[in-house]
Amino acid sequence: MANSRFDLWVGLFVVVGVAALFFLAFQVSGAASARVTGETIQVVAYFDNIGGLKVKAPVKSAGVLVGRVTAIRLDPSTYRAEVTMAISRAVPFPKDTSAAILTAGLLGEQYVGLEAGAESEMLQDGDRIAVTQSAVVLEKLVGQFLVQRSAE
Amino acid sequence: MNRGEALLLEVGAFSRRLVTRVGRASLFLGAVLRRSQMPFARPRLLLREIYTAGVLTLSIVVVSGGFVGLVLGLQGYDTLQRFGSETALGSVVALSLLRELGPVIAALLFASRAGSAMTAEIGLMKATEQLDAMEVMAVDPIARVIAPKFWGGVLVMPLLAAVFSAVGVLGGWFIGVVVIGVDEGTFWSQMQGAVSWEEDVAGGVIKSAVFGVVVTWIALYQGWSCRPTAEGVSQAITRTVVLGALAVLAADFVLTAFMFIGV
Amino acid sequence: MPDQLVVEVKGAVAGYGEEAVLKGIDCTVRSGEVVALMGGSGSGKTTLLRLLTGQLPLREGEVTVFGERIAGAKRETIQRLRRRLGMLFQQGALFTDLTVFENVAWPLREHTRLPERIVRDLVWLKLEAVGLRGAASLYPAELSGGMARRVALARAIALDPELLLFDEPFAGLDPISLATVGLLIRRLNDALGAASVVVTHDVQESLAIVDYVYVILAGRIVAAGRPEEIRASDDPFVRQFVRGEVDGPAPFHYPAPPLTRTLLEERA
Ligand SMILES: Nc1ncnc2c1ncn2[C@@H]1O[C@H](COP(=O)(O)OP(=O)(O)OP(=O)(O)O)[C@@H](O)[C@H]1O
Ligand SMILES: [Mg+2]
Repeated sequence: MANSRFDLWVGLFVVVGVAALFFLAFQVSGAASARVTGETIQVVAYFDNIGGLKVKAPVKSAGVLVGRVTAIRLDPSTYRAEVTMAISRAVPFPKDTSAAILTAGLLGEQYVGLEAGAESEMLQDGDRIAVTQSAVVLEKLVGQFLVQRSAE
Repeated sequence: MNRGEALLLEVGAFSRRLVTRVGRASLFLGAVLRRSQMPFARPRLLLREIYTAGVLTLSIVVVSGGFVGLVLGLQGYDTLQRFGSETALGSVVALSLLRELGPVIAALLFASRAGSAMTAEIGLMKATEQLDAMEVMAVDPIARVIAPKFWGGVLVMPLLAAVFSAVGVLGGWFIGVVVIGVDEGTFWSQMQGAVSWEEDVAGGVIKSAVFGVVVTWIALYQGWSCRPTAEGVSQAITRTVVLGALAVLAADFVLTAFMFIGV
Repeated sequence: MPDQLVVEVKGAVAGYGEEAVLKGIDCTVRSGEVVALMGGSGSGKTTLLRLLTGQLPLREGEVTVFGERIAGAKRETIQRLRRRLGMLFQQGALFTDLTVFENVAWPLREHTRLPERIVRDLVWLKLEAVGLRGAASLYPAELSGGMARRVALARAIALDPELLLFDEPFAGLDPISLATVGLLIRRLNDALGAASVVVTHDVQESLAIVDYVYVILAGRIVAAGRPEEIRASDDPFVRQFVRGEVDGPAPFHYPAPPLTRTLLEERA
């Protein structure tokens, strides 16, 4: 009798603790929504400047998550940034899709935005996205703005 | 003998005592680890310790976690709105709780609630010769009494820290979303964007597991080595709470330096 | 197997700090015997019992229990020997968070895999033997000193030990409880066919129930013999002890420098 009371409370405690861990894993850290489900293809894109983009940053199209950045390195011959992304096979993108590095909000995290092209042929595993737009660097913008102002 | 010499002697004697104590405590921990079969062979012993260390600590952890979350919501909002980034409230609340406040405060509460109870129980068993009696009845008190308490404490601590953080996040959500009116979707998605599963959630769990080992070890050793008198037991309880808190904060510094900053 | 040597201590030297508490003890206990160990406070009686249970390391000499060395032996050997002995602690040492019933059941549950029904039967028998069946559901805090002593006795005999050690079983008991416990010790020893060592200050009570007496003073055996020999002894210390006189060879004071020197040093 006394034993089953212990069991009940300990069971309840473990359930509460594990539920808290699940809550932290899925609702707080978004481990579930962060995962790109299903099979993926790898594509690369070259940028002049990636700003603050990091590995595991989201890849979105029209604001919907379609993939993740898997690797970033500097191309030793061109000195441009080579960004490798895994994007979902479920939604094929045309060959002339363009990639841009965007910022969520004014100071938010940076992500890769894909804009679908018009070609009928689709991107395959290992393909390269030709048209890219680099990250907007805030300091440069401010600099340009000041130069324009003083020129007027 | 002049002042300088006296001071040096004092420092020397202090260091010698410190080294002796740390050495003895380490031997004790080694013995506990080597004789840890019983709590797993007889899970009922472990259940009892999970009950006293975990279930009885849960209520203060929930209440404290809630209040800390509410305060974080208010303070975080007040600071963030000066920079126009109230939308980052979710990530500020979640990161502070997961990385620091959850593991640390839960461990401090654990030291004062469960740790002191462990010290008291073992100290009193020692003072009333119950541990001696066990030994003479051919039952090893380290295996029968200490090891179950050790593993109970170590298993319970990460769950308590997780509950603390989860309730805290809900507290921050209540202030941010319900009271102040930050957009619900933005609150969660900002949080999910900023919080990483491997680094922040798992890092917090590792931290709290280390704190569990440290606090339980201190509590058990203080009880085991106390003078077997009423005064000796009460001093041991005080030491458990004070040393436990200091050890948690020091371990937190070291772990933070290694895990998040990458020294 | 009557008259078998159960305990043999030869030239035992042991202690806690720098100075030895026991300075060369010789004694033996045979099966069927109840042996009394008498001596003043601090003379080393509890220390000698701790040697017999293997709780204290031995510096010199030899201590054998059931024909095997216990002091300084390997853990497994000590544990194996301990299962064959029962000890009654000076303070009782009952488990305060368990009822009387569960205290007596404790050794059975730890050391045997008997079914619950048989454990319960055995516990009732042991409690009946000490006359406390009615107190089974009480907690140790609710017992009087004499009752606690008897519960501890029931727990000590739970596994039918072959050697029983009693540390001051009579201390703080009223004359009736005292006689009860004395009789219990004799009866249990005979019923179990065990050997018993009884540490006590209580000369008259123990002389009535024991077979042999060792008198210990400052870590040495100063007298030994059958009760009638001890009563008739003309050794000055034994006479002082048996008659309870203040003046005699046994010092009233714990070893100390002369009082005048202590007082003078205080001034300085
Ligand atoms: N744990 C210990 N640590 C250090 N010294 C001890 C310890 N236990 C006992 N002593 C010392 O050993 C000596 C003998 O103690 P012991 O307990 O054997 O006496 P005793 O004969 O059982 O006395 P009493 O009749 O009062 O119980 C005492 O001088 C005591 O100060
Ligand atoms: Mg004693």
